Amino acid sequence: MKTRRFLPVLPAVTLLAMLGPILAGLYGTVLPAFGHLPAGGLFGPSITPFANLFDWAGLPRAALLSVSTGLVATIISLLIATMLTAGWSGTRPFRVLERLLSPLLSVPHAAAAFGLAFLIAPSGWIARILSPSFTGWDRPPDVLILQDPYGLALTAGLIVKEVPFLLLITLSALGQADAHRSVTVAQALGYGRVSGWLKTVFPRVYTQIRLPVYVVLAYAMSVVDMAVILGPSTPPTLSVQIVKLMSDPDIAMRLEGAAAALLQLALVVGALLFWRLGELLVAKLGMVWIASGSRGKVDVLVGTAALGAGTVCALSVLLGLAVLAIWSFAGFWGFPDALPDQLSFKNWDRHAAGTLAALLETAVIASIATFTALILTIGSLEAEYRHGLRMSSRALWLLYLPLLVPQTAFLPGLQTFMLNVGIDVGRIPVILAHLIFVLPYVFLSLSDPFRAWDARMGTIAAALGASPDRVLWQVRLPMLLRPVLTAIALGIAVSVGQYLPTLLIGGGRVATLTTEAVALASGGDRRAIGVYGLMQTAAALLPFTLALALPAIIWRNRRGLRHG
Amino acid sequence: MDKGLELRDVVISKGGKPMVSLSRSIASGEVLTIMGPSGVGKSTLLAFVTGTLAPEFIVSGTIFLDGADITDAPPHRRRVGILFQDDLLFPHMSVGQNLLFGLREDGNATQRKAMVNDALEEVGLKGYADRDPATLSGGQKARVALMRMLLSEPCALLLDEPFSRLDAALRAQVRDLVFSRAKSRALPVLMVTHDAEDATAAGGEIVKLMPS
Repeated sequence: MKTRRFLPVLPAVTLLAMLGPILAGLYGTVLPAFGHLPAGGLFGPSITPFANLFDWAGLPRAALLSVSTGLVATIISLLIATMLTAGWSGTRPFRVLERLLSPLLSVPHAAAAFGLAFLIAPSGWIARILSPSFTGWDRPPDVLILQDPYGLALTAGLIVKEVPFLLLITLSALGQADAHRSVTVAQALGYGRVSGWLKTVFPRVYTQIRLPVYVVLAYAMSVVDMAVILGPSTPPTLSVQIVKLMSDPDIAMRLEGAAAALLQLALVVGALLFWRLGELLVAKLGMVWIASGSRGKVDVLVGTAALGAGTVCALSVLLGLAVLAIWSFAGFWGFPDALPDQLSFKNWDRHAAGTLAALLETAVIASIATFTALILTIGSLEAEYRHGLRMSSRALWLLYLPLLVPQTAFLPGLQTFMLNVGIDVGRIPVILAHLIFVLPYVFLSLSDPFRAWDARMGTIAAALGASPDRVLWQVRLPMLLRPVLTAIALGIAVSVGQYLPTLLIGGGRVATLTTEAVALASGGDRRAIGVYGLMQTAAALLPFTLALALPAIIWRNRRGLRHG
Repeated sequence: MDKGLELRDVVISKGGKPMVSLSRSIASGEVLTIMGPSGVGKSTLLAFVTGTLAPEFIVSGTIFLDGADITDAPPHRRRVGILFQDDLLFPHMSVGQNLLFGLREDGNATQRKAMVNDALEEVGLKGYADRDPATLSGGQKARVALMRMLLSEPCALLLDEPFSRLDAALRAQVRDLVFSRAKSRALPVLMVTHDAEDATAAGGEIVKLMPS
C-alpha cells in the first residue's frame, strides 16, 4: 500500500510548495536590502540601498500611488459588489449580470487592461464612436486619459476586474448566511431591500469574504502588469519601479530594488492594518445605524446606482475584448472611424509563429502547474478525510498567504535567492513559481465540494468491500467531476494570467502570451496587442468552457449529476 | 464461537461522557432493534460497527463477526453491509454498474453480468440494468440498494432507519423484502429506528437507548 505511506505527507508538501518560496523570497529580499549580496561580491550590512531609495525624488509619489490606487479600487469594488447583492440578489437583472460577470473572472488582468485602454483612450473606441458628430473631433484630443498621473485609469481597470471576483465570492458566502429569510423578515419589519440586507446579512457575509477582500487589497496595491498598461510612468507605481530596478544590470540598482520591495511589503501590511481598523469603525457605525431603526430612504437610489456600476464594469470588459478583437483583424483604421476600413487575417498571419510558440509555452507551464496543484490538493483533502487531519482556521490563513504577500515583495528576492544558491532561471522554476499562486486557488475552489460530498457514500462503498483507493477513484472523484474540472480551469486561468513570476523567475527567457502581450504595451502596436490579448483571453476562457461542457456530455444520461 | 454478530461490552463516549453502552449477540437470521430518540447515539453505534466512527469518539469493547474479531479491521474488509434511509445509489453509475460495483470479485464479465441480471430479476426489476438510478421510483431504488448490498456477500446487515423515507404502502413491502432476504441468507441484522412498527415487524429483541 504505497498510498498509505505517502498520503499523510501531502498536506506538508502542499504547504511547503506554497510557503517555502515565499520564505526564501523574503529572505532573499531582506539581505540585499541591507547591502548583503555575496553572489555580487557585496557584504553587508549597510543602509546604502535604503539611502539610494529615499534619494529617488519619485518615491513619495510612487508609494502614494500604490496606496491610493489599491485602497480606492478595493473600497469601490467592494461597495459595488455589496450594494449589487444587497439590492438585487435573487432578481432577474442580477442573474443576467451574474452570468455576464462570471466568465469575466477568468479574463486575464492584462487583457482586461488593454481592452479598457482601447476603449477610453483619446483615440479609443468610445471617442471614435462619438466623433465627430457629438464631439467635433477629427483628431484624437490631446488629453491624458491613460497613464494619468493620479492613477485613475489604473484604478478603473482594477475595479472592473475585482467587482466580478468580489461578487462571486459574496454569492458563494450567501448560501451559508440564510440571507433570503433574513431579508424577508427585515422587509416585513418595513426595511428597504438594501438597508434590510446590509443590517441583517452583510455582517455574516463579510466575516466570510474578509480574506478575499484582503487579497484584493494586497493585489491592487502591488499589481504590475495592469500598472504598466494603465498606470502613470513618471513616476510609476512602486511595484513597477521595483521591477525596473530588478531588471537593471547594475547590482546597486538591484539592492535598491530589494529595499523598495521591503517598503512595498511594509505598505501592504500597513494598509491591511488600516483596513482592519476601518472594519472596526464601520462595525461600530453600523451598530449605531442598526439601533437607529432607520428603514432606508435612499435604498432605491443606491440599488439603481449599484446596478448601473455593475453593468458598466461588465460592459467595460466585454466591449474591451470586442475592440481587442476588432484591432486584431483591422487593416487601416483612421480616426474617427467607428470601424476599420477592412478586416483581414493579416495581423494573425504576421504573428502566427510568435503567438503559437507563446501559446505552447503558456500551455505547458499552466498544465504542469495546475496538475501538480490538483494532485497536491486532492491528496491533502483525501488525507484529511482518511486520517482525520482536519485543517484549522489558522491553516486557512496559510492558504491565503501566497495571495496576501505582494508578489513584488518576494519574487525579486526569490530570484536573488536562486542566484545565490546557484539555481538557473528557466521553465521549471517558473512552473514552481506559478504553483505558489495556482495552489491556493485550486485548493479553495475544490475543498468545499470535496468536503461536502456525502460521506455515507464512502461508508456504503467500503461496506461493499471497496478499498479506500477504489472509493476515491471510482466513486468520489467521478461524482466530483464538475468541481474538479472547474478547479483545473481556475488553475489554468490563474497560471495564464501570471506576469511577474514568469518575467522574474524566467529571467526574461520564458515567453508566455502574458509576458509577450505586456511587453507590447510600450510599443503601441494595437494590432499586435489585439492578437496577443485575444489569445491570452482564449487560453484562460477555453478551459472554463470545457469545464462546463464536459460534465454535461459525460453525464448526459445521469440526472443525479446534472446539477451537482 | 458460532455464527453471528456479537458486540461485547461496547461503550462509546464523547468528551469523557458515555453515550452508548451495549453488550449483545445477534444470531444468524435474527434481528436486534435499537430504538431511542435522535441524538442518543444510534447511528454512532452503527458507525462503530462499520469502522467509520469519527475520531472524537472514544470506544471500548469488541466486535465479533462469525467468531472473528473485526474491531480494528478496515471498513472494506469487515463484510458488514449497511442500508441507510437514503438509497445512496452511486449517481454516476447505471443500475447495473451499481450492482457490479457491489458484486464480489469473482467470475468473468459474462458471468458477472448474468449474476447482476438474476439479482434484478429477483426483485422484479428485470431489464433495468442500463437505467439511470435517478429515473427510478423510491421503491425501485430501495430494492436496487438492497441487492447491491447483498451481492457483496456480507456476513452481517446493519439498517440505519432504512424505511423512514418510504411512504406507508411501500414501506411494509420493502421492509418485508429486506427481512426475508436477510433471513434466507441467515444474516444477523442490527437495526436502528425510531419507528415502533419497524421494530415490531423485525420480530427480534428491542433495546431502548435513553439519553444519558
